[in-house]
Amino acid sequence: MTSLPAKTGKKLGLVIDLDICVGCHACAVNCKEWNTGGHSAPLTDSDPYGAQPSGVWFNRIHTFEVVSDEGDSRTVHFPKSCLHCEDAPCVTVCPTGASYKREEDGIVLVNGDTCIGCKLCSWACPYGAREYDEDAGVMKKCTLCVDRIYNETLPPDMRVPACVSTCPAGARSFGDLGDPDSDVSRLSADRGGYALMPEQGAKPVNRYLPPRPRKTVAEEALGGAGLTPVADDKAGLMARWLDKILSM
Amino acid sequence: MHPAKSVIFFTTASGAGYGLFALFVLMDLAGLVPPAPAVTWTVCGLSFALIVAGLLSSTFHLGHPERAWRALSQWRSSWLSREGVMAIVSFGPMGAYALARLIVPDLSTAWQPALGGLAIACAVLTVYCTAMIYGSLKTIPAWSNPVTPVGYLAMAAASGAILLNAIAFLMGFVSPQIVNVTAILLLIAMAVKMIYWRRIRDAAPRSTAESATGLGDMGKVHLFEAPHDGDNYLMTEMGFRIARKHAFRLRRIALMWGFLFPLLSVTAAGFATGIMASLFIAISVVTGAVGLLAERFLFFAEAKHTVMLYYGDRSV
Repeated sequence: MTSLPAKTGKKLGLVIDLDICVGCHACAVNCKEWNTGGHSAPLTDSDPYGAQPSGVWFNRIHTFEVVSDEGDSRTVHFPKSCLHCEDAPCVTVCPTGASYKREEDGIVLVNGDTCIGCKLCSWACPYGAREYDEDAGVMKKCTLCVDRIYNETLPPDMRVPACVSTCPAGARSFGDLGDPDSDVSRLSADRGGYALMPEQGAKPVNRYLPPRPRKTVAEEALGGAGLTPVADDKAGLMARWLDKILSM
Repeated sequence: MHPAKSVIFFTTASGAGYGLFALFVLMDLAGLVPPAPAVTWTVCGLSFALIVAGLLSSTFHLGHPERAWRALSQWRSSWLSREGVMAIVSFGPMGAYALARLIVPDLSTAWQPALGGLAIACAVLTVYCTAMIYGSLKTIPAWSNPVTPVGYLAMAAASGAILLNAIAFLMGFVSPQIVNVTAILLLIAMAVKMIYWRRIRDAAPRSTAESATGLGDMGKVHLFEAPHDGDNYLMTEMGFRIARKHAFRLRRIALMWGFLFPLLSVTAAGFATGIMASLFIAISVVTGAVGLLAERFLFFAEAKHTVMLYYGDRSV
């Protein structure tokens, strides 16, 4: 049934800290490694060692340059996977019922046995979270590692999505964003976590934490953390001599 | 958006089929179509052939065409599903109308307008559902506005009218009314298409690279490094760029071939006789088809998708 549940028990999702992410792509690699044997296996690659490699990835890391009006530039690494939206437009457009949002935890999944591969869900998703598998002829997507987070054969600390468990910087957190007292909800509230493209009306669950503010070029020039000049009136003989030599 | 040939053919062919049938019923109710079985066979045969060919073609781009029947189940939420259901439902009244016309000698009874009206309503609804598959996608601002369904309906009516006019000429029941209706529908379709192009040119961007990343407070956002060197599915499906380069030329082709040439040749045929009339009719059908395909190709190729904001686009 592709009508969305009126309410989900939990709102499982990710909080991604753009201040911490170093853009190492480890989350994407571990995602691929886990999921190519998981719920939607395999994550097919075509021409993997050739000139035009492409394939199914549930997680991709974009890198953006953000330039302020003052000309101050920052590099922001930006991992993106399914945001498990509350009003998931990919689910409602599905003509077969293969796409669905789970009532118990809000995870959006595709049933590969009933998907006809019409690709309309990938057109409806604002974020590019849907991945078409040309070989299997069906749509695939991030499962929030549904086969991991409830897996009691794994040690408890491993029962988080593969991307979260592998992140060496700790930039990804997993939890229930529907519960205001959960660690992820608190983290998001403390750091001003935000949703992507709210104007699209999909109500994504995942939150992104903005990079922390940094001193601007102008502030740096005014001598916040810079070295104090060696040559001033109070400098000693040695310092003034050094200054003279170096200035030649 | 990637303009898949199967979808271009599906939307244009089935649109023309429904347009042809709806206009045929209208003209029939107005008493402008002779009751000859040959006319019924020709018009309904062509109309059903176009619709069936279109529907079959739409399954060609599926990853699993053998599962296509499943697409009829989610009509509560999905326009694609509604389209499939309506396409099947409309065969009922449309087939019944055609059959009644063939086997009932005197159709001037009360139920002819009722059955005809139902057939027209089904045809209009099906084309509307086709349009709303695209018109309901918020991710593609060029499509998600009321001009999209109006455009699909207008194009279906205009292309159907060209065909009905051609059949009327060939089977000798052409009348000034049919020619005038064809001309008016072509003008309406052209006006709607020009409004559509104006709109997608002037519309304020709905989403930007800044809103897509949420980094707009810090400054202007530019893609510095894509996730990988090559193209992925999203980029080939949603990031079709070739046509935008030629958009102006293609629009001119769509306008001239799709509307002006058919308009002139349909009108000219009304003043010509014999081989010249046939020639003008042939021109109206061929140019109309070329123009319609160009228009539909552009509809897909020109449309920008929000996902490309993550791959270097500035706004959609």
